Amino acid sequence: MTGTPLLAVEALVKHFRLGHGRTVKAVNGIAFQIERGEALAVVGESGSGKTTVGRCVLRLIEPTSGAISFRGEDILAMTAEQFRARRRHLQLVFQEPYDSLNPRMRIGRILNEPLMLAGRGAPAVRVSRVHDLLDMVGLGRSFIDLYPHQLSGGEQQRVGIARAIATDPDLVVLDEPTSALDVSVRAEILDLLVDLQARLGFAYLFISHDLTAVRRVCQRVAVMYLGRIVETARTDDIFERPLHPYSRALLSSVLYPDPTREQERFLLTGEIPSPIDLPPGCSLYARCPWARPACDQSVPPLEALLPDRDVACFRAREENGIGTR
Amino acid sequence: MSGAKADGCVDALLEVRDLRVEYARSTGPVRVLDGVDLTITPGESLGVVGESGVGKTVLVRAILGLLDPPWRVVSGTVTYRGQNLLAQPEPTLRQLRGKDIALTTHEPRKHLNPVATIGEQMARVVQAHRQLSRTDARARAIELLRLVGIPDPELRLLAYPHELSGGMCQRVVIAMALAHSPTLLMGDEPTAGLDVTISLQILNLMRDLVRDFHSSLLLVSRDLGVVAHYCQRVAVMYAGQIVEVAAVPTFFAGAIHPYSRRLLRAAVAATSDRRGTLSSVGSRAERGGASCPYAPRCPLCIERCTREAPWLDRVAPAHWVRCFRHAEIAAGLEAP
Repeated sequence: MTGTPLLAVEALVKHFRLGHGRTVKAVNGIAFQIERGEALAVVGESGSGKTTVGRCVLRLIEPTSGAISFRGEDILAMTAEQFRARRRHLQLVFQEPYDSLNPRMRIGRILNEPLMLAGRGAPAVRVSRVHDLLDMVGLGRSFIDLYPHQLSGGEQQRVGIARAIATDPDLVVLDEPTSALDVSVRAEILDLLVDLQARLGFAYLFISHDLTAVRRVCQRVAVMYLGRIVETARTDDIFERPLHPYSRALLSSVLYPDPTREQERFLLTGEIPSPIDLPPGCSLYARCPWARPACDQSVPPLEALLPDRDVACFRAREENGIGTR
Repeated sequence: MSGAKADGCVDALLEVRDLRVEYARSTGPVRVLDGVDLTITPGESLGVVGESGVGKTVLVRAILGLLDPPWRVVSGTVTYRGQNLLAQPEPTLRQLRGKDIALTTHEPRKHLNPVATIGEQMARVVQAHRQLSRTDARARAIELLRLVGIPDPELRLLAYPHELSGGMCQRVVIAMALAHSPTLLMGDEPTAGLDVTISLQILNLMRDLVRDFHSSLLLVSRDLGVVAHYCQRVAVMYAGQIVEVAAVPTFFAGAIHPYSRRLLRAAVAATSDRRGTLSSVGSRAERGGASCPYAPRCPLCIERCTREAPWLDRVAPAHWVRCFRHAEIAAGLEAP
């Protein structure tokens, strides 16, 4: 591994102005890194800012402040044209497979398009590349002349994945790639994502509201709540023992398909506050069973509680029985 | 044979028999429900599971007589407390809807009128089946909102639906559904689209309220995890038919129909860290033909399955399976 990570996000802030002096504070100063070939999950519920983070990384929206470097280059300082030249290294898979495919194009043309834009070879070379891509995602060449509406949801998402990997990217952003799919198809797509990464070696930024979906694909997880990262950990560790109360609530909300499985129910009360009027202290304060008056006074910083384990909670050390060093 | 009784219960609250529904298309009608049999007893929670497009929502709407063209009920009966709902005129159904049988859908915002306040809509619901003064209606509305865990209900009465979060809207819809203490509450994916920490709160709420009111619950879901923890019995739907009915512990320990087993494997695979062992993409279901609709996708398909349609057969007390090979599967036959 080289010294510079593939993607480094520093102090990222994105606020959306609503007018009347109101602002949606979608992302409030977050930092993370992704190494080459690594898969990082950003997990959070609606309003946590996870999608906004993905959009900023792809420069689909401009951050309010902060820095994003990709392959050692500051992408925020680039002109649109300079960024477009790097675009083929940075690709996206969408949540709604059908909506992300042009309904008037046949699958062959949908996959040919990114190759053409990246200037990848003569037409004949590109056709053979399209064949390879269809094989790689388990569809086969017979799909080349079909239109998106002739495909099932799972097949459409396979096309979306083939399109994203067409130009040999270094990083693929996955924005809820399985949440619009039926359960039986979901597992197939997750397996495909794991296989492709093992074979082709790109990195993933996997954005999801569902911790179980990222479990097989990602080595590391960052849990977001109301625009901040509240816990980062290795995936196995967080499933073993979540340290932040919000991570713990997320995990105990998973309903496993096994009626005999006794499960801890760590329940939060109430609703997710509005990102327009953020509370002054910890954003989980009003819902948290561990809350003390002090939690409402200032925002807890993200601290290393254990090796490879950063947690933003004033109470986590005591509640989890971790001694101070 | 397909009209066989799906369990031995005598005192059914609701009994659906051989229900067939078609959807009219320019190319001819499509069979959407193909002989559904279902029984709900008083106080029980029944989960209806299946993937999108198997006919779960149509079933719920057919029970309430809410299907309009191009949907059409072709045949069958829906018996509620001895009367066939499908034969009742609209005014009689109106008397039942919301009072005896209530429905919450997966799109609570569509359920609510965007240009009326929560208070106006709640008042209309509580006054629908009871003579109440405005003051009493308001008091009842506040009581119901408090029951479903909405803080500051007096203030919420003045709010419009767009001012509430998705979870709040779902709570309002549940409050409306409970307004007349229905004997049967039907939830059509009541937590789809809600955040996980909120959806658990909603499911707990529905379970507790059904218990407190001694009502029955029909929970339609794609999520076997929900059914495992919130239902006593499960009915699996595929291509407009019930393919397996069993008690929840029986089902999760030993589902028999190949489609049920596939759903279960997928649900386990989707929540575990291990790879699934699922066969790849299958073809579309064949509906209403002279073969098993699952045959084209089934790893255990034999010649008979392609020329004859199986019926719902009893494999054990209160365990019914629509598959020719259920005895072999129960004896340990696995997919190759």
